[in-house]
Amino acid sequence: MGAIFTPGLTVTEHHIVQKDRRLPIEGDVDVEVGDVVEADQVVARTSLPGKVFPANVANQLGIDPGRLKAYMTKDVGDSVVKDEILAETPGFMGMFKSEAKAIVTGTIESISTVTGMVILQAAPIPVEVDAYINGRVVEVIPGEGCVVQAPAMMVQGIFGLGGEVKGEIANIEGGAHEVLDPAHLKADHAGKIVVGGAYITLKGLKRAVELGVAGIVTGGFDYDDIKELLGYEVGVAITGGEDLGLTLIVTEGFGHIDMAPATFKLLQSKEGRRASINGATQIRAGVIRPEVVITHDDEEASAEKFVPPEPTGISVGDTVRGIRAPWFGKIGTVKSLPVDLMAMESETKVRVLEVAFADGHDAILPRANVESIER
Amino acid sequence: MSIDPSTIRSVLATDCGSTTTKAVLFELTDDGWRQTYRGEAPTTVEAPFEDVTRGVLNAAMEVQELSGRTLVDGDQIKTPDQGDRDGVDLYISTSSAGGGLQLVVGGVVRSMTAESAMRAALGAGAIVMDTFATNDKRKPHEQIERIRQLRPDMILLAGGINGGTVKHVVAIAEMIAAARPRTRLGGGFNLPIIYGGNSAVRPQIEERLKDLSDLSMVENVRPIMEEENLGPARDKIHDLFMEHVMAQAPGYDKLMDWADVPIMPTPAAVGMIIQTIAKQRNINVVGVDIGGATTDVFSVFDDAFNRTVSANLGMSYSISNVLAEAGLESILRWVPFPIDEKGLRNRIGNKMIRPTTIPETLEELQVEQAIAREALRLAFIQHKEFAVALRGVQKERTIADAFRQSGSGETLVKMLKLDLIVGSGGVLSHAPRRVQSMRMMIDSFAPEGITDIAVDSIFMTPHLGVFSSVHAEAATTVFEKDCLIYLGSCISPAGEINEDKPVMRVQMKLPGGGSMDETLGFGELRLIEASREDELKGTFTPLQKQLDLGAGPGKPVQQVVRGGVCGIALDTRGRPGVQVPMDERRVPTLTRWVEEMGEYP
Repeated sequence: MGAIFTPGLTVTEHHIVQKDRRLPIEGDVDVEVGDVVEADQVVARTSLPGKVFPANVANQLGIDPGRLKAYMTKDVGDSVVKDEILAETPGFMGMFKSEAKAIVTGTIESISTVTGMVILQAAPIPVEVDAYINGRVVEVIPGEGCVVQAPAMMVQGIFGLGGEVKGEIANIEGGAHEVLDPAHLKADHAGKIVVGGAYITLKGLKRAVELGVAGIVTGGFDYDDIKELLGYEVGVAITGGEDLGLTLIVTEGFGHIDMAPATFKLLQSKEGRRASINGATQIRAGVIRPEVVITHDDEEASAEKFVPPEPTGISVGDTVRGIRAPWFGKIGTVKSLPVDLMAMESETKVRVLEVAFADGHDAILPRANVESIER
Repeated sequence: MSIDPSTIRSVLATDCGSTTTKAVLFELTDDGWRQTYRGEAPTTVEAPFEDVTRGVLNAAMEVQELSGRTLVDGDQIKTPDQGDRDGVDLYISTSSAGGGLQLVVGGVVRSMTAESAMRAALGAGAIVMDTFATNDKRKPHEQIERIRQLRPDMILLAGGINGGTVKHVVAIAEMIAAARPRTRLGGGFNLPIIYGGNSAVRPQIEERLKDLSDLSMVENVRPIMEEENLGPARDKIHDLFMEHVMAQAPGYDKLMDWADVPIMPTPAAVGMIIQTIAKQRNINVVGVDIGGATTDVFSVFDDAFNRTVSANLGMSYSISNVLAEAGLESILRWVPFPIDEKGLRNRIGNKMIRPTTIPETLEELQVEQAIAREALRLAFIQHKEFAVALRGVQKERTIADAFRQSGSGETLVKMLKLDLIVGSGGVLSHAPRRVQSMRMMIDSFAPEGITDIAVDSIFMTPHLGVFSSVHAEAATTVFEKDCLIYLGSCISPAGEINEDKPVMRVQMKLPGGGSMDETLGFGELRLIEASREDELKGTFTPLQKQLDLGAGPGKPVQQVVRGGVCGIALDTRGRPGVQVPMDERRVPTLTRWVEEMGEYP
């Protein structure tokens, strides 16, 4: 057996990035195939239906729901302003009249003669979708959005919080093992994507929010701190909608873990470049990993560089990194891929590989506990 | 296409889980049908592969290497069997990858028609995201906002018995219409809504929902108060499960093409096997399948089958949710060594984000098994709350019933009537020592009285479930010979224990001719070596008048008990939940139990 297949994250200077830019509901698409778009440019727009406010008007009037329409002064689709009369009964000799007023400004969505309910819908909420990255529109999905494509540097993280933001890359001083705390963060980091080190402290993260930092990309942080930040625990890794004031991407995992050398080196080389990042993570159906994307300007000149590599397995001689204790974060070279199952210290029998670690010693570890890097 | 079972000699079956793809080989040998080899590989829905069939081929390759039978031909499973161990006659598969089918259900009264709708959804293998009812204590605008946020794969709407309420059913439909719900996947298609309520309301439902959804009608899930009719709704949900989940995960179109019979949702296949055991042996059974994302619990009590899925209790994708729901202290009470709490949280978080990793060290294994106990315990609590007699049914009640607060809505899961617990899923089937599985199940299910405990040997109940749909006889043979492994029985008194007094007297014949007569105090866990073939006559006496071993409070039980690959466990650690001291006695107490059971090296 020459190779094994193991999941890994994309970390590459040359990647063809395609981004689906879709509206949450049907709307208008502002671009055409072939258009060159900027990251901040709006490519599609729509209006989300406003909030809905049901009111039992039949009850308010004290009538049978079946007779409701006879007393309505407004019909489905009509606009109303707050406190405007929706329905009224004539009363008796001009007395004992009852009326129902609109509780919000909006339009009448429905009138039910079964339940007596009138549903009002508040004004629509406009929604715009931008291009997210600089690139070219390669597909238009009518009424929904488009696909923007660009050659780009692509770094996938392992976990993130918060949605799409854009900003200049600002590297902090120190190596891949640096701990990012408030002292590293300065006023001129406002609006930027700060990249650094192995770990960010909770205080560091809070300071970054205070300063208006757009995003943080780092090796790790503590799982405990999520609850501190959000007020709740993230029980299943489906994120992206958090409102914590910035977008956080961890490239390695929870705890102090040096950023992988390839990731660190690549991001360091992008100081001052404008990046689009997204913390959205979904480790279930249709896996989504957080990402840092920096598009290249030399689209035509270097197209051949961007042919996506065929996914391959891990082979003898490849560089791998441990992704579980006791080898978490350690980097080594694959020495052999034995076929037979072997018992680990836990007595779990698994398929294994032999790795020569950078610190000089060899180890046998489960194949499932490594990931391929620097391919 | 119908398949003639007599022509089948070899079958490759896979189960594509959310974490791991498991392949097993069934072969017709000189000893009849047997499960012969197995292999597994990480499920490959993630980049760079994003194709579930890659994981299937990797798992099949592993079986090929071990068995010497050619199974993979290029990028295909090789069928049919060419003879000389070249190819297989049949390729079949189950699947739970893809995040499951996510449903919203609605009904008029939460504990009646809405609950029937929920039972139909769960029985079909779905995850219920939320249940709406006219009495669910939310205001209509809150319900509407919630439906807008949820983005389910589909909605099942019930409500009203036939000839019953119209107004309340219409109110729920109007609420759904106002929310204009959209599908999880977006795109240009309408959200499927199944209506299975009062049949007289169909025209009004159609008027309100037809234009904004893909509406279908099925028979009422609760046609009369005393009866449920879940089959038609389940079948419809199942059709949509196939269309949606299968189409959603990358590579499924190819997998569906390879499989010789339709791919079955894993929970449906496991449920089929659990019901078969209960029926064949005329016993009450609880089955559990603990996976990476979800934990399914099945029960059959007096022929009533129930299934629940705890959507966010699992050992990888959902592992952090076990921590969130159980709390760190609940997990720590099963960890038999001191541990740094922050480090433990990070470990659990890292398993969530790298779900396919395996515990290499003993400590990592012990932590995972501690979490598994809590996932199982919580899933079982949810199951007991759900598996209840139909509510709303009028019954004659005696004064004694009124005092006991029993009657409709009471759980069907009676621990003292439970005969067998069957565990399945990676953490139970692949525990390095079988006794680890036995203890995990005793700790989390806390069986009462005398209960047999078994485990799916290598996690093949899903494979056998789908195999039984093609060749029932062969599947039953393999199930008896190779799948079900009896671990032993557990004897434990129900009721609150007075810790200062003796708890249980055990007088029992022992294998090899000896006998025992011992009195156990509170907090003991003992393992008596005995195999499944040993039929040991014993008298088990609760020594406190409130304790019950199955014959009534304080009364002795005379019964023949059998062991298994582990033996007979005597457990006086407390019921309904095992009591673990959380002070400085925690580690020594856990260590004593671990050593008594011989759990770890």
